[in-house]
Amino acid sequence: MADIALHDHGAHVSSTGLSNNKLAMWLFLGSECLLFGGLISTYMLYRGRHGDGVGPAQLFDVPLTSVSSFVLLMSSLTMVLAVNSAKRKDDRNTNLWLVTTGLLGSLFVGAQVYEFTAFYNEGVGFTTSLFSSSFFTLTGFHGVHVSIGVIMLLAMVAIISRNKVAGDKAEAVEMIGLYWHFVDVVWVVIFTLVYLIPA
Amino acid sequence: MAIIERPSVIPAAVGGAGATALATPSSSLGVFRRPVAATGWRSWVFTVDHKKIGIMYGVVSLFFFIVGGCEALLIRLQLAAPDNKVLGAGLYNEMFTMHATTMVFLFVMPMAAAFANYFLPLQVGARDVAFPRLNALSFWMFLFGGIFLNTSWFLGGAADGGWFMYSPNSSRLFSPSHGIDFWVLGLQIIGIASLVSSINLIVTVLNMRAPGMKLMNMPVFTWMVLVVQFLLLFALPVITVALFLLSFQRNFGAAFFDVDKGADPLLWQHLFWIFGHPEVYIIILPSFGIISEVLPTFARKPLFGYKFVVFSGAAIGFVGWGVWAHHMFASGLGPVSVAVFSVATMLIAIPTGVKICNWTLTLWGGKLWFTTAMMFAIGVIVLFTIGGLSGVTHAVAPADTQQTDTYHIVGHFHYVIVGGAVMGLFAGFYFWWPKVFGKLLNERLGKWNFWLMFFGVNLTFGPMHILGMQGQPRRMVVWPEKLTGEGFFNLHFWNQVATWGSFMIALGVLVFLINIIHTAKKAAPAPLDPWDARTLEWMTSSPPKAHNFDAIPTVHALDEFFHRKYEEVDTEHGARLVKVKSAEEVLAAEEARADAHIHLPSPSYWPIVLAFGLPIIAYGVIYNLLLSVVGAAIVLLGIFGWVLEPSVADDSDYDPPAGGSETKELSPVG
Repeated sequence: MADIALHDHGAHVSSTGLSNNKLAMWLFLGSECLLFGGLISTYMLYRGRHGDGVGPAQLFDVPLTSVSSFVLLMSSLTMVLAVNSAKRKDDRNTNLWLVTTGLLGSLFVGAQVYEFTAFYNEGVGFTTSLFSSSFFTLTGFHGVHVSIGVIMLLAMVAIISRNKVAGDKAEAVEMIGLYWHFVDVVWVVIFTLVYLIPA
Repeated sequence: MAIIERPSVIPAAVGGAGATALATPSSSLGVFRRPVAATGWRSWVFTVDHKKIGIMYGVVSLFFFIVGGCEALLIRLQLAAPDNKVLGAGLYNEMFTMHATTMVFLFVMPMAAAFANYFLPLQVGARDVAFPRLNALSFWMFLFGGIFLNTSWFLGGAADGGWFMYSPNSSRLFSPSHGIDFWVLGLQIIGIASLVSSINLIVTVLNMRAPGMKLMNMPVFTWMVLVVQFLLLFALPVITVALFLLSFQRNFGAAFFDVDKGADPLLWQHLFWIFGHPEVYIIILPSFGIISEVLPTFARKPLFGYKFVVFSGAAIGFVGWGVWAHHMFASGLGPVSVAVFSVATMLIAIPTGVKICNWTLTLWGGKLWFTTAMMFAIGVIVLFTIGGLSGVTHAVAPADTQQTDTYHIVGHFHYVIVGGAVMGLFAGFYFWWPKVFGKLLNERLGKWNFWLMFFGVNLTFGPMHILGMQGQPRRMVVWPEKLTGEGFFNLHFWNQVATWGSFMIALGVLVFLINIIHTAKKAAPAPLDPWDARTLEWMTSSPPKAHNFDAIPTVHALDEFFHRKYEEVDTEHGARLVKVKSAEEVLAAEEARADAHIHLPSPSYWPIVLAFGLPIIAYGVIYNLLLSVVGAAIVLLGIFGWVLEPSVADDSDYDPPAGGSETKELSPVG
């Protein structure tokens, strides 16, 4: 009964035409822009400050990160497919694409963990220099965002499989999609500013 | 309180008994039965009703107001005499840091949130906010964050770096106790609370207005709260970044503010003030909104230049982003930055001045009714103008450089915060008390409350301008006898005046507290529309029913309620507004077309569970990361319980089961 009522809710209450959930997600993402804005500014201020230690130019392995960036961008494509399947009420394909997206996301996080370990072994730890602190904080925050996204994707699969979605299923998938695309777009900015443009 | 049954209207609707009898109680995560209590402590702790949450916000903020006030009195006692020894230097540092933090984050902001929570849905004609459970989450995070922050007093000392916590003074080297860690993590929790609530309130205003309630039909209070929520939405993530950087430095050894490694101390200042200056408007705009409701009501005139007031509020919101560095004129930013921020700061005085003009012109030619609420509102105009004028002089960088970190600045911002924001909140108390509690606060005590506070503010903060000009620095634990100076402007006399003044304010607040008790015990129920008010929140019973409105009103005009009571009638002297209906008649007309079934969102355990996990994570960051894992597990449990719980309880959760065939849904997932 609740579900039926939920569907017609948006139609007769919302003044903007956007559902409450979606509007809230957009607002949240707007707020997130400033979070990453602050972190990126901090990195840009400090990227040259590493004293005699290792700096960005010697440290980054651009080919490896390019591959993991490609993986993350592809996950946006699979996310779109998941949202599309959810709109067609095709649970099987929704789950399939959600799991694929989650796996691609995990691959990205895995590459980041590998990268962090490699940097640490080269003597660049979290506390080494202003550059390293701000690099690990910025990319770490992004990594945490991806990880939370992966948890949401997999949890969504579990919830759909057990048919426990409270509310509109397609919209729930779409909301995770919005978040996921946002995290991807942020990575495009970070990848460009941190890895591609020399300090 | 979940389902409002109105069987008297449609008696046949209470059907489906056969179906509900078979149902088993739904449960949260398969263990607990969902809370549905409408009375007793459970009805408060698990509530998602915006009115109950608003009242809880108010009670907790008032408590923290008293805490922050006591801290202020201790500061003034220490400064009452030369070379005084009431507080030691360390304790004094903690006292002024926590006084500011408490007043800003635990009193003014949440008290504005209390008013916003309670009145925003009522003013736009909604039955609740967009996400009732998130609303409860915000409140509990605020409460637990505030408690967490204040436990630092008992766990090795509170934060002592001043409320803007400049680096590198905030590093472990200069502040070895855990005070600043508590401060950072506490503000982080309170910040999440505000962020969640800002999203919630914006969606409520943009999406849930009653039919016909166009944006330019919204009451000014709603408008100002909307602007504030946008400021919060974009300002909070910036302070979040700053707080993360500081806590990573203090707890995990990051280098961000380590000057030895080449850190730039200005980074913190910029991040803090990019948040901190919008914060100033976050503090003052709700009060502007309140008095924009109070003044027209008691001048019995529409607000002069409604659109100008609204657009100036929005303009303040925009320009407020471009003035942060005027807090940093003394830090050597360079001539171009200083010039740009000087000019921007002067510019922001324009929309503010527009508002002052509009309020004054609202009073012009009105039939003024000097209730306590009205007096507080006029007090705001007077005191804020004084504070605003001294403020705009700080836009002149050369003068500001002289005044930075003196008592002159302290005098200025207390005029705007206490004289502007706090007096405005008091206007709100006296104006809306009968709406919230159904009883009028005593006017005689109210007048005492007003005059004590009004004179108190002037006696406390007026002399601070003199003290500052004489060179008394801010945040200095003592002023020595040999530097008191002579003649009329000696530090001795004016410091004593300020201290007496602060006790006068305290006495005023005490009268207010007595008034609350007196009203609760003695006062008779208030009439439905005691002030002949203008906006939608008065078009329902006092206190409002759980579902706010029996029927969602259709709005035709700004000041809808007023226009339902008054109509233009042609007389020989031209058209006149004449009262054609009483409030009771308007209300009766609405009740006649009441909705049959109104589903309100059901109470939930999860907001308080989720919020409870956060301070545990924070304690873990300070003491032992294992504790953080426990906290994170609680948060995760809260999130999953929340996601799996429908926003409306099943009928089977009720005892006896309530059923209904037709339902009106309020909110989807919250």
